Amino acid sequence: MNKDLVIIGGGPAGMAAAIAAYNNGIKDILILERNDCLGGILGQCIHNGFGLHRFNEELTGPEYSAKFEKKIKEYNIDYKLNSMVIDLTKDKKVVYVNEKEGIVEIKAKAIILAMGCRERSRGALNIPGTRPSGIYTAGAAQKFVNIKGYLPGKHIVILGSGDIGLIMARRLTLEGASVKCVCELMPYSGGLNRNIVQCLNDFNIPLKLEHTVIEIFGKERITGVTIVKVDKNRKPILSTKEYIECDCLLLSVGLIPENEIIKKAEIKKDKITGGAEVDENRQTNIEGIFECGNALHVHDLVDFVSEEAEIAGKSAAEYILQKINIKQYIKIGHDYAIRYVVPQKININKDEDIKIYFRVADTYKDVIIKLKDGEKNIISRKRPKVAPGEMEYLVINKNITNSLSGKDLFLEMVYNNEKN
Amino acid sequence: MKKIELTCIVCPIGCTIKLIKDKDKIISVSGNGCKRGYDYSIEEITNPKRTLTTTIRIENDLMLSVKSEKAIPKEKILKCMSIINGVKVKTPVKIGDVIIKDILKTGIDIVSTKNIN
Repeated sequence: MNKDLVIIGGGPAGMAAAIAAYNNGIKDILILERNDCLGGILGQCIHNGFGLHRFNEELTGPEYSAKFEKKIKEYNIDYKLNSMVIDLTKDKKVVYVNEKEGIVEIKAKAIILAMGCRERSRGALNIPGTRPSGIYTAGAAQKFVNIKGYLPGKHIVILGSGDIGLIMARRLTLEGASVKCVCELMPYSGGLNRNIVQCLNDFNIPLKLEHTVIEIFGKERITGVTIVKVDKNRKPILSTKEYIECDCLLLSVGLIPENEIIKKAEIKKDKITGGAEVDENRQTNIEGIFECGNALHVHDLVDFVSEEAEIAGKSAAEYILQKINIKQYIKIGHDYAIRYVVPQKININKDEDIKIYFRVADTYKDVIIKLKDGEKNIISRKRPKVAPGEMEYLVINKNITNSLSGKDLFLEMVYNNEKN
Repeated sequence: MKKIELTCIVCPIGCTIKLIKDKDKIISVSGNGCKRGYDYSIEEITNPKRTLTTTIRIENDLMLSVKSEKAIPKEKILKCMSIINGVKVKTPVKIGDVIIKDILKTGIDIVSTKNIN
């Protein structure tokens, strides 16, 4: 089978990319989705807060997803459900498998990777103790409660204060469970402030910063955990040990872009983001293969996922129509206060505004973020506070991209020594 | 005079809003990034409200996601939950369909957030 554009993943990124490609002249599109419906993780995110940037209204996950599903159906964009991609090559062959067709190979002119991310699990944390049931990632618990209608436990401890963990603290409380506490290893939460207020404070659920779980008890079912305060080097202070009885431990300890299939296609990966290295078109080092959404780097807001996916969709269409404009690449470097920048490289003289996204490495107050071309400051932006949990961005407008020297750019952050 | 510090929950930016209150009178509001933050902060110290999102079990053991169309008074949230959990819903259901009208006489409807055929 031949297709102009194959999109791997039918979540918010895949759907937005498909719609953008369609609007830019490509109609022969196939979305491959391994779940039994489109929408990705949005289907189980029944809470509100989606779409504030994009639609200027507060939507729930299923409502946000439905807006895109409607367009996909209206445009008659082809998609296959229950179809898992098992192979990808650099000459743009995709192999997927499903119950009805078996194994199918497609040759595509362009491919967009939109596989999303998955949750870090207990194995990645190496928590000692027994291996009882009742330990779930927060997202798995979310699926149990919101899609299947089961409560994963009645007395719950949550490790990690990522947004899904905070959302689940509230959700489980509303459904009658008692959430004992949320432990966070770092001195700050990994989630949004608004979620700490409305998910924890509203229900008097304690957030224990600089705390972690050091032991798990229980033979068949989890019966309790030992939590402990950690010092500045994140090492447990054993004298602060506290045993908490529980029948469920939820982990909300980070998300990892799901990129196993890109290896064989020789797509270069960014070690920090876990996604591919891309240019401002979201094109990887393999021509005609693009990546966007949480597979590229983990976003906080779906609104930004949609925006990024539209760039990838439009670029893939331009690539197929041979209109893509690759001029001269320069890299964007950064100092140690910044964890990563996406895109990692950009074209100069592109005659378009370029938005770059980045995350900071720690919490800082009153910072100035500077983008430098050699010694010259090309953008300088003040921010009252920045945190690793909140993605930042800068827009390099086209007047600037058209007058760059051609040397690599450098992103740096100036901050007070007195930390937050 | 009383100083109150709030984290705004209107949008993900999460501004820190400072209010100064003298008995029941609000003297000043600062730190809010927008008008909506101003309104939120006043409401939060007079009559705090939250949008409720939850699920209802429907036929074939499927779950229907629902929300309160507007924010409802915070202290009524748990009571609303027990009403919502006792409701039976017939399919098909579309996004926006009213599932419970005027819950707890708040004037606010509980509506579907999912399409189920």
